[in-house]
Amino acid sequence: MSPRLLQGNEACALGALAAGCRFFGGYPITPSTDIAEVMARELPKVGGTFIQMEDEIASIAAVLGASVGGVKAMTATSGPGFSLMQENIGYAAMAEIPCVIVNVQRAGPSTGLPTSPSQGDVMQARWGAHGDHPIIALSPSTVREAFDLAVCAFNFSEKYRTPVILLMDEVVGHMRERTELPPTEMIEVVDRVQPHVPPAWYFPYEETSADVPPFASFGEGYRFHITGLFHDRAGFPTERLDEIQPWLERVFNKITRHMDDIIRFQEEWVDDAATVVVAYGATARSAREAVKIARQGGRKVGLIKLFTLWPFPGELFRRLAHDGKRFVIAEMNLGQLSLELERVVGRARVRGVHRADGRLITPDEILQTIRRRSGRTES
Amino acid sequence: MTRETHEAYAYLRHDKRFPNMWCAGCGIGIVMGSLVRAVAHLELDKDQVAIISGIGCTGRMPVYLDFNTMHTTHGRALAFATGLKMARPGMTVIVVMGDGDALAIGGNHFIHAARRNIDLTAIIVNNSIYGMTGGQVSPTTPTGKLATTAPYGNVDQSFPIAELAKAAGASLVARSTVYHVAELDKLLVKAIQKKGFSVVEAVSYCHTSYGRLNRAGGPVDMMRALKENAVTVKASAKMSTEELTGKIVRGLLHEADLPEYTELYAQVIAQAQAQAEEGQT
Repeated sequence: MSPRLLQGNEACALGALAAGCRFFGGYPITPSTDIAEVMARELPKVGGTFIQMEDEIASIAAVLGASVGGVKAMTATSGPGFSLMQENIGYAAMAEIPCVIVNVQRAGPSTGLPTSPSQGDVMQARWGAHGDHPIIALSPSTVREAFDLAVCAFNFSEKYRTPVILLMDEVVGHMRERTELPPTEMIEVVDRVQPHVPPAWYFPYEETSADVPPFASFGEGYRFHITGLFHDRAGFPTERLDEIQPWLERVFNKITRHMDDIIRFQEEWVDDAATVVVAYGATARSAREAVKIARQGGRKVGLIKLFTLWPFPGELFRRLAHDGKRFVIAEMNLGQLSLELERVVGRARVRGVHRADGRLITPDEILQTIRRRSGRTES
Repeated sequence: MTRETHEAYAYLRHDKRFPNMWCAGCGIGIVMGSLVRAVAHLELDKDQVAIISGIGCTGRMPVYLDFNTMHTTHGRALAFATGLKMARPGMTVIVVMGDGDALAIGGNHFIHAARRNIDLTAIIVNNSIYGMTGGQVSPTTPTGKLATTAPYGNVDQSFPIAELAKAAGASLVARSTVYHVAELDKLLVKAIQKKGFSVVEAVSYCHTSYGRLNRAGGPVDMMRALKENAVTVKASAKMSTEELTGKIVRGLLHEADLPEYTELYAQVIAQAQAQAEEGQT
């Protein structure tokens, strides 16, 4: 496809459509609304359905209902709406229903700064729903990545039967860039595994060698039960420890055993770097500029741009810390993913560049921290 | 009659689900029986029927039923059902809720499902109390009655379910009680058949919480009260407002032929596709 000027939110919607999304349930909220608008226009053209629900709770509920009906489904929101969705995101994790939730982050808490960027929902993406549960969260830093990671989010959700959160931010969502989208035939699309056994032999929550049991759609002859209660392999409520514990282990295994597939990142100039700058989302753009300038100035600095935030790529950073590298992490919050980084790298030094006032972190701010890292004083 | 030849047998799950979890004497099982008989009467394909519920005593109903069943989150059953119905417009989607589930936490979804007139059948088992959590005041607890969270008597007004549904745009609204089971069967048949959003309020009771707190007696006494307090729509037309105070008007309360949501959306799809084709040529 020839390059065109595309907005991040538009690219996200187009990525979802390319991944096979055929249902969108949503509620308007800045700065995510463009996604709903594109979906309202485009979904019926491909035979899909769009519905504007009465609130965000209903939006995610409708998404889960559609997904149970066998249709790839998503919603898009921002901080306040994301907070409202948490209970049903937990339900999706519990009932193992594939779905994609886009959160175009704005500064918070509460109504905050509706048109300003933030990366303040990183921890909420991980732990927003109550109880221990697995989750995948991805974060794009360019318009093209918004497209690619929307596809990736659907593929992961289908493959691992799990809610996937696409953590965008206001900058990436509203920004327009010259973007070249991949040709349709080059896009890998994953569909959930369907059962091939007779209905009497089908167990929607069975332990399988792939850790992810097939997911039959309602209306296809496999009549089964879905509940938010702990359940046995058939989906019926259980309080038996010998059924609860294996379920917990399996749903975490389906993520932890497939980290190689799920962990996505990009690295530049890391091999010989003494200091590695870690960033994601819009902040990664400033981080890359800062690293480039530092390199030009002869400093051994590298960049790791994370696409996968959850599960956290702990092994990657443990390895780098083992090699003696130090870290600078930049994020538009007062320190969220940096807590994970500090946790996994042990005694390696981690310095954070943080701001949560709705302003993008500049390359200069990161550069200043890199320079302090190197132990040189500014003249 | 042996178990296997009983009409309900083919519609119940037999793998370790029974006995059910409701208190002995509860009315919810009666509504479940009524629902099964309605589906059997309509000879619906079990694979094409979905029963969706929220949380509460009534929320536990789907697990016993051999359909596509989903026990969702508190208050959200209609929103889940809306998504499913949009994805599978051919399926018969029936939503079972209690009064707290449908009208307190789920009140917004209730009026909006009615406003869209989406083809769902909403069954509200109204026992005037939160049963599962032990007898707290609900949106249909009558004013002045006792609940654990209204120890001095309920000061709230109760929600008129039927009027609410009708005003919000539902295609069919009906009410009966767990005493008038034959009527409930028929109303459920009618509601399931009706294209559009249909609401059936099944007036029940909770002797365990409400009955004890309000000294209304056991299940037999409360069942008798339903029998004595219910009046037909026809009879109610001749009664004054004073005479109708405390009465349960039963029967078909409202029916209208209104455009149905998934059918309207099918037109949207046709229109969008036609316009897209035009744009290409």
